[in-house]
Amino acid sequence: MKRIKNWPFHLMILPSLIFLIVFNYVPMLGIVIAFQDFKPWLGVFDSKWIGLDNFRFLFERKDSVQVIWNTFIIAGLKVIFNLVVPFFFAILLNEIRKAFISRTIQTLVYLPHFLSWVILGGILTDILSTDGGLINRMLVSVFNIDPIPFLSSGNWFRFTVVLSEIWKEFGYGTIVFIAALANINPSLYEASEVDGASRWKQTIYITIPSLLPMAVVVGTLSLGNILNAGFDQIFNLYNSLVYAKGDIIDTFVYRTAILEGNFGLATAVGLFKSVVSMILIVISYRLAYKLANYRVF
Amino acid sequence: MYHKTLPYRIFNITNTIFLLLIALCCILPIFHILAVSFSAKSAADGNLVSFWPVGFTTIAYEKTLNNPIFLGSIWIAVKRTILGTALTLALACLAAYPLSKEVNAFKSRNIYAWIFVFTMIFNGGLVPFYVVIQKLQLMNSFWVLIIPSAVNVWLTILLLNFFRGVPKELEEAALIDGAGHFRTLFSIYLPVSLPALATLGLFSIVFHWNSWFDGMLYINDKTDYPLATFLQTVIVQRDMSSMSFNPVEMAMLSQKTVRASQIFLGALPVMIIYPLLQKFFVKGLVLGSVKE
Repeated sequence: MKRIKNWPFHLMILPSLIFLIVFNYVPMLGIVIAFQDFKPWLGVFDSKWIGLDNFRFLFERKDSVQVIWNTFIIAGLKVIFNLVVPFFFAILLNEIRKAFISRTIQTLVYLPHFLSWVILGGILTDILSTDGGLINRMLVSVFNIDPIPFLSSGNWFRFTVVLSEIWKEFGYGTIVFIAALANINPSLYEASEVDGASRWKQTIYITIPSLLPMAVVVGTLSLGNILNAGFDQIFNLYNSLVYAKGDIIDTFVYRTAILEGNFGLATAVGLFKSVVSMILIVISYRLAYKLANYRVF
Repeated sequence: MYHKTLPYRIFNITNTIFLLLIALCCILPIFHILAVSFSAKSAADGNLVSFWPVGFTTIAYEKTLNNPIFLGSIWIAVKRTILGTALTLALACLAAYPLSKEVNAFKSRNIYAWIFVFTMIFNGGLVPFYVVIQKLQLMNSFWVLIIPSAVNVWLTILLLNFFRGVPKELEEAALIDGAGHFRTLFSIYLPVSLPALATLGLFSIVFHWNSWFDGMLYINDKTDYPLATFLQTVIVQRDMSSMSFNPVEMAMLSQKTVRASQIFLGALPVMIIYPLLQKFFVKGLVLGSVKE
């Protein structure tokens, strides 16, 4: 009886399982390429095994070490700001009592999240151009300074990448905090009001502590992204002028593999990223479970 | 009553203005692009346009919409979005239902769940994936845009968590009345999960409409590109070769305004659809991904 009852379950999972095996698990076996001098015309089975040479090469090449640093710095800054900005934005938004205004603001700040980096890259290169871009035109006329090389100088490029990422994602990031704010027990506020607490005191002693568990969850879970500096964004914004400060693992892998044809090295870099990310994700989920009792499913 | 105190009122007004300004910053760049796309060549190339068209003209849109490659790429993008979303949703519904069961109702549930989740934490990287696509003869095929991304584990988990919130009594009643699991899924679970399905649909539509990298990597012929990939070549790589400019047009058309018109048209469908579904995705996201 029991066996008959369960076969539909297996049948329902089967289609997804086939896709996962073909497009996720088979490519995982392909990481052997990282230990080969892979030649596409020889394939995985006939290419020469070279042990850890690709990895030695990876850590000896100056540009690849720089790329790992860039990734770490850019992604780290993104993780921090993607937590802090939505946190405070949600608190400020919560103070607006007029539902219409609040809803309008939310709709507007969600917009950039839904646009692709191709579109946004096109818009940003246009408005940030040193040659009469909208932003530089405003800055020059207001502050009377030289145009800022947002996308053509290394340090400014990092700044632009992090700022534009916050601009794209902060609104969307507030959704979970707004939900958490709505869950705060109103009697806490009522009681504190009887005790004569000001709104400022309420924010410090009720609102912020109530939001902290959610902040812990969002923060720890985003640890797994510490090597995800955003391929789409960088690829659509960067140019050879800013490779030194703006090239990241994913764009490096793409160029090494597709443009240079060095598949072994590219796979090695990708594997390095995958392994480090995996360790961080496992740690972060453990932490989220311990600190905030969060589980994915 | 803090609402009535003077300092709070001052704060509230300042705060409202501040947040409205921030919200404005999120859409002003789009307005700028829109203004550029409707401006005359001289104004656009001379950087005179801010948020209102200078020398209003629709010639950039006429040129863009007369480009067969652009129109063809829209058609490919629409096909890919509809078929891809349908496939992703179907697979997610089927997989999320058994995965939402407790272990004592479905013994292998945890094994399957780990098979799904592991793909989120580890991947083989770009090169092995590329080799697999090649070996499967998917290069240069329309299906390469749909098949490899058909299973979206994140969306499946979102739906799984939503299914868990469905009252057990509904399912028990259906099973007692003799419905099988397929029937229960389609007649009980799916109808009550419309907000979650709308959320999944929106995310999947946006994903497919915006995906450009797969087209660039796996498709060689520009006429087979989906819109997002085509836009990438025009907007980012500044490749205008798909448009032939005759001398008369050269005098009136600027690459800037043509680019701007394409950026705006590419962004338009998404800008229309997400506010309509805002109510759903805010709720769906919170219910599906955030639990106590």
